[in-house]
Amino acid sequence: MGAMIETEIAEHRVSEPMIPELFRIERLKRETEDTFTLELVPVEETTKISFLPGQFNMLYVFGVGEVAISISSGPAETSRLEHTTRRVGVVTKAMGMLKPGDTIGVRGPYGTHWPVTEENGRDFVVVAGGIGLAPLRPVLYHLMAQRERYRNIVLLYGARSPEEILYKRELERWRGKFDLEVQVTVDRGASGWRGNVGVVTPLIARAPFNPSNTVALVCGPEIMMRFAAMELQKRGVPAERTYLSMERNMKCAVGHCGHCQFGPTFVCKDGPVFRLDRIAPIFGKGEI
Amino acid sequence: MIQSLEPVLKGHPFFAEMPEKHLEFITGCAKNVAFPELHTIFHEGDPANEFYFIREGLVSVELLVPNRGATTVQTVAEGEILGWSWVSPPYRWHFGARTLQRTRALVFDAKCLRTKCEEDHDLGYELLSRFVNVISARLDATRLQLLDIYGRND
Amino acid sequence: MSPRAPARNAYVLLAPPQIELLIQSLLRRGYEVIGPTIRDGAILYDHVSSLAALPQGWTDEQEGGKYRLKRRADDALFGYNVGPHAWKKFLFPALTCLWKAQRTNGHFQILSEERKPPKLAFLGMRACELHAIEIQDKVFLQGPYADPIYKSRRAGIFVVAVNCAQAGGTCFCDSMGTGPKVASGYDLSLTEVLQGGQHFLLAQVGTKAGAQILAEIPTQPAGETEIAAANAVVEETARHMGRSLNTNSLKELLYRNTESPRWDAVVGRCLSCANCTTVCPTCFCSTVEDLTDLTGQQAERIRKWDSCFTTDFSYIHGGSVRATPRSKFRQWMMHKLAYWIDQFGTSGCVGCGRCITWCPVGIDITEEAWAIRDSESSVSNMA
Repeated sequence: MGAMIETEIAEHRVSEPMIPELFRIERLKRETEDTFTLELVPVEETTKISFLPGQFNMLYVFGVGEVAISISSGPAETSRLEHTTRRVGVVTKAMGMLKPGDTIGVRGPYGTHWPVTEENGRDFVVVAGGIGLAPLRPVLYHLMAQRERYRNIVLLYGARSPEEILYKRELERWRGKFDLEVQVTVDRGASGWRGNVGVVTPLIARAPFNPSNTVALVCGPEIMMRFAAMELQKRGVPAERTYLSMERNMKCAVGHCGHCQFGPTFVCKDGPVFRLDRIAPIFGKGEI
Repeated sequence: MIQSLEPVLKGHPFFAEMPEKHLEFITGCAKNVAFPELHTIFHEGDPANEFYFIREGLVSVELLVPNRGATTVQTVAEGEILGWSWVSPPYRWHFGARTLQRTRALVFDAKCLRTKCEEDHDLGYELLSRFVNVISARLDATRLQLLDIYGRND
Repeated sequence: MSPRAPARNAYVLLAPPQIELLIQSLLRRGYEVIGPTIRDGAILYDHVSSLAALPQGWTDEQEGGKYRLKRRADDALFGYNVGPHAWKKFLFPALTCLWKAQRTNGHFQILSEERKPPKLAFLGMRACELHAIEIQDKVFLQGPYADPIYKSRRAGIFVVAVNCAQAGGTCFCDSMGTGPKVASGYDLSLTEVLQGGQHFLLAQVGTKAGAQILAEIPTQPAGETEIAAANAVVEETARHMGRSLNTNSLKELLYRNTESPRWDAVVGRCLSCANCTTVCPTCFCSTVEDLTDLTGQQAERIRKWDSCFTTDFSYIHGGSVRATPRSKFRQWMMHKLAYWIDQFGTSGCVGCGRCITWCPVGIDITEEAWAIRDSESSVSNMA
């Protein structure tokens, strides 16, 4: 289960891995009722932003704590970082109350990334559930920036309800492109919603891609990923070309605190992006 | 005209590997149909004497909920089967169906098929075993919807 | 008096009172000498400044859920096994401040503090414990990120190892290939021999630093008989282990049995008290706490030992991945004996027996492993 870390790790990050770098909040954008996106710029001009799609940072709110959040900006964007998160716990709630200009601590980037470098000529199926779209956004930017390298690209996105659809304007823009298939569904409709209603997994059966040439990227609640993996397999996408993004409790993100263990893997360094065949023995097993 | 429907059915996974003679008979019970958008295909409680194979468009499967009106619980899209209430008594629709977009479909005479299935159990098995798959997939999807997996856990 | 330092691997004889000279020599060089000493009814590791602090003439009786000190009939300096302390508490402190930060309005700064690690000399380290340190080296020093606290404390340690002259009631280092003889990683090693009226310590030089310390003590070179006597003591120890563990394909065995009913057998017994992880010399889990002072303008980040048995250890999305005692015990045991091998290339267990001794209900990792192995063969016997 080798790590796929290709980013250069700055020397000071290696020698003092628990000390955050300082970033400033440029903007705090409300996405839905309980989800927001932070736009961050480094306090020091010398701080470089460099990451691969699928990686995450540990974000620190002064005096409150740290939380692992996937990077959701495009990897080509080197002047700022974006993180989309839900307000679910003490740290994210405190984070949601910060103002533009406030300082926030950033450690990272950590973890493995979505496979894009060796996959020329492939069809890509991206299956996102809920906030799972956030860690997939960087790879979607990449796929579209290098569009000529790939064949069919399909995005299947399931949200809880129409009000909870993330990145609405961007999705509408993507849907308008001729070379990208975007299908959105909601678990529960609302008056005025004339789109798909139902979970995202049945969309896999009829999406326009060639299973024998497809790479599938899946991110969302674990149970959704389980069913999505089943549907992909039913359609003939092999586990060796299916990638998931896992989540576990994290305290250090550098493989020392032990919290993120998932069987023999550390989600912070062997993940969060895992190839399905490599975790098949433990994925979906209760309480592992 | 009716003969030209066979390739449409044959090409679809639902009818895959169905023996020729059964496929022929079923095709014989099928007709093309087209609906404009926001058209009610059937109401909850109506007699269920047909089922549909959606060729294009989007259909809302809905329940009339007091004080909320017609509430979509699921949508059925291109390549999917709409309706299995014809399979079991009292043969009345458990839900309503209304198009959300202009929709083209094949409509199958379920009353005729029900009679034929009684006479020819082989045909009955071919058809009903495929419907079991459709129902089980819908049940899986419905259960996932019930779990409200994107909901907050606090 | 030998004016020149002995050569590497050379054997010399020490009389027990000369351990005092060894301690003084280390103290003179600025080391904090940590060694075994009796406190609170147990033999613990703490600062010692003279031989008088050592538990001379004492031994320990250990069994599942039982630890007692007893007087020996002789004067052995190291006539006991391991207590509830592991040397990890000095390299990987149980509580440590990682950094401090100062806030002004919405902006804050991290205050940099120079780290001043102590110079540590460990007196009385057993073979299993040396292996445990090597195992923790892999955790904290290998990989893309090293822990600077562990690294700085580990760098200058001086190790006086001791070859065990008796096996403990819960020991199984023999099964794990981690003892009772120390193989490497020590500056000096000692084997205590009490035979036929004689009482001496056979010292072996491991490094140049060890040789230099030894050069300050008047010693005799060891003869063949003394060396043979010392070897015999250690060989005898290996034959009297309190427990054993069959490590043949143990990893694969456990992977096959993640749903074994045997895991249910610990439910109702395991209290999730975390004693086992606290006393284990290789357990490395930690957590961080972020605190502020009353003004809210000064913050600090603390690192503390943690345990996979705590309720919130695997907390995410409103619940814990491992909420039941069954799953937590399984995680601990499978990590120690199976996952660890995939993660770091060795077993995580050194056979010291502490987890067996200090479990209040006497749950025994070797017994559980045997039971799972037996459950497979009994199934095949039924075929």
